[in-house]
Amino acid sequence: MNWPSWLFSAFVATLALSTMLSLSQGLGLTRMNLPYLLGAAFTADREKAKFYGFFIHLLNGWVFSIFYVLIFQARHSVSWWFGALIGLFHALFVLTVGMSLMPGMHPRMASEQQGPTASRQLEPPGFMALNYGYRTPLSVFLAHAAFGAILGSLYQLK
Amino acid sequence: METHNPLASHSIATPLDDGSELSQGTESCAPRDRIPNIQDYGIIGDCRTAALVSCDGSIDWLCWPRFDKPSIFAALLDLEKGGNWRIAPKGPHARSRKYVYESNVLQTTFQSDSGSVVVTDLMPVGSESYKSPLLLPDHEILRRVECVAGEVEMEVLFAPRACYGLRVGKLQQVRKLGLRMEVGRGVYWLRSSLPLTLDGGDAFARISMRFGDTVRFSLTYAEESPAVLPPLDDAVVMKRIEHSVQWWRRWAGHAKYDGSFRDEVVRSALTLKLLSYAPSGAIIAAPTTSLPERIGGSWNWDYRYCWLRDASLTIRALLGLGYREEADDFLDWMLQATRLTQPELRILYDVYGNLAPKERTLDWLSGYRGSRPVRLGNGARYQVQLDVYGEVIDAATQYAFRRRRLDRDMQKVLIGFGNYVADHWSLPDEGIWEPRSGRRHHTHSRLLCWVAMDRLISLYRTDFLKGAPVENYARTRDLIQREIQERGWNPQLQSYVNVLDGDELDSSLLLLSWYGFEKADSPRMKSTYRAILEHLGTTNGLLYRYHSDPLEGTFAICSFWEAEYLGLGGGSLAQAHALFRRLMAYRNDLGLYAEEIEPRTGDALGNFPQAFTHIGLISAALSIRERETGEQQLSHRPEQAGEEPTVAEEVTA
Repeated sequence: MNWPSWLFSAFVATLALSTMLSLSQGLGLTRMNLPYLLGAAFTADREKAKFYGFFIHLLNGWVFSIFYVLIFQARHSVSWWFGALIGLFHALFVLTVGMSLMPGMHPRMASEQQGPTASRQLEPPGFMALNYGYRTPLSVFLAHAAFGAILGSLYQLK
Repeated sequence: METHNPLASHSIATPLDDGSELSQGTESCAPRDRIPNIQDYGIIGDCRTAALVSCDGSIDWLCWPRFDKPSIFAALLDLEKGGNWRIAPKGPHARSRKYVYESNVLQTTFQSDSGSVVVTDLMPVGSESYKSPLLLPDHEILRRVECVAGEVEMEVLFAPRACYGLRVGKLQQVRKLGLRMEVGRGVYWLRSSLPLTLDGGDAFARISMRFGDTVRFSLTYAEESPAVLPPLDDAVVMKRIEHSVQWWRRWAGHAKYDGSFRDEVVRSALTLKLLSYAPSGAIIAAPTTSLPERIGGSWNWDYRYCWLRDASLTIRALLGLGYREEADDFLDWMLQATRLTQPELRILYDVYGNLAPKERTLDWLSGYRGSRPVRLGNGARYQVQLDVYGEVIDAATQYAFRRRRLDRDMQKVLIGFGNYVADHWSLPDEGIWEPRSGRRHHTHSRLLCWVAMDRLISLYRTDFLKGAPVENYARTRDLIQREIQERGWNPQLQSYVNVLDGDELDSSLLLLSWYGFEKADSPRMKSTYRAILEHLGTTNGLLYRYHSDPLEGTFAICSFWEAEYLGLGGGSLAQAHALFRRLMAYRNDLGLYAEEIEPRTGDALGNFPQAFTHIGLISAALSIRERETGEQQLSHRPEQAGEEPTVAEEVTA
């Protein structure tokens, strides 16, 4: 595995992913604010949560990109379209498994079964994160495809 | 720090056993097959938007996330299509309502033969330091219902209609989270401690409440997810209500007014605060659109914007009551908002200083009691009103004299305005009342051009303004003064008149002494006052702003100008007091005024509640109090206290 190339390409790809998700929110495709969603696990302060969440997301990007890179290395080939394809599967995993686990993992998230409590008041994402806007899956797929495509373009095989 | 808990000693459960400081009214609502009278509404808000709650427990007007965004409830403008959220007893009942102490937390008490219920309505508020470490919704209405005696059968109807009644939203029950409705970029969540039944786009419930029972509701709106869904345990809800009451009380407690009309002044200040938009410091004219100036008529305008015309009186009210932070914010907004068009000024802006939207009509709405059309945006946005320059400069001058500062940027902006006035004062304009009948040479506009020059000279003389072409200003001021005195005065009527060489009266001429152009007790002002009373006064002591055909309502602020004119020396203190007291009879049971008053019935007309009217009330009360205590009146022109310097002296200075 080419570690410097991984660090650099994952950093750029994660920044692109964050930018695309923010853009989607600005354009009204989704209400989901991913940094807030992640950061709120650590603080109730909305502004601080967004700040922390940005860095948590960056770390997440690095961690998840290891799987992309391992697949590239295993296949001994890397390309933008194959990266994008992995990104689509990644998005599907996040939207289905990740989002359904969220109320259990997130200390401030309410669940549909229990309803909000004093400590858990955040709206859960629901199936495919549809609670955050019916076009949320679209923006998540697009952003993750871009993430994979950038990784596939920038990563140099060892 | 305030530690007294208002809800502990003044229990929410016993709202009618309060002291005299609380305004109350009794049942006066029309049945629900007809929209209530305008004065039958109360207002709740959070300094970002506001909702109108009728005395029969219905929220009939709400726009989220800010005042000028599309409505979710607009029954006010169309009972069938507009949408509303009503919580009221089934069957006949009496009603009374009040604000909890000096707050904007509204309580409505319904009394039936079998028992009584109290509905508490509010948009929760709090300081940033209180809110930031907590998970709180961005936008929320909290409603708490408590049975305080006997047994009462209550009905709840939640009928949201997005975009001014155009769309029936799809309500979804999301298990224990509540009801959810997605509209455009935002999502509404209705949480209820009571199970609601869905029926198309509506949700409803009926419940028999016994003494001690409570039901809680929270309606939130979010444009960012995950949204915050507040829990509805009664203890939590009570705590949040208490916090909001405390926050409003603390704010109201800062009002520096100890005269005879404290309750009225504080209520007006609280209303003004509700009409402010905290993120930018702007103050809107009213939270509603198209409440008619004549029932069934077409004079229906959108007032959810900020008029520079109100600037001078607004600053006077805020600084006079000691609300320096709000005055700072408002002045900052005013100078920032106008930056794009400086040195030219538009007459109205939105809360962020953008040009108000183009006027259009919502033809699917039937209007308030058939008053059509319902308008959005405001066609006056491109009008020319030369008075706004004087208003803005006068506001900045009051600010400079009270706050003892005027930064370099402000000075530059003011000089730009001054130069514009010096070049354009002789042009015709639409004037303060924004008629859509063309431009004329309005005396009031000339007065405000004179004010612009006069105040800049004052600022220069007192070293608040550097580098101003003051000789030019002084020459211009003299020219305007001469023109008003010669052509704005009608010798036959023995009065100043609305336009140069004209023969009609206008109540805005009472402001000639407010701005220091004529002393209130000068023969010309006294004679003008008599003429205004004779031509524009009603038998019950109200004033029309001008002659209109067909007649509109009397204009509430004009009566406060009259009271202030008397307070400034145009009459005796006793006369000023008497008039002020008489005007109190025309506020509603919560202390709120609309723009106009129907002179025969006393009903409110026009958008509601109206900032301009409440600003007029505060200013009049302040001037009367200043006269009582011998303080200098109207600090925007300190040299009035001494001898008026001549233009030559000023130029030399």
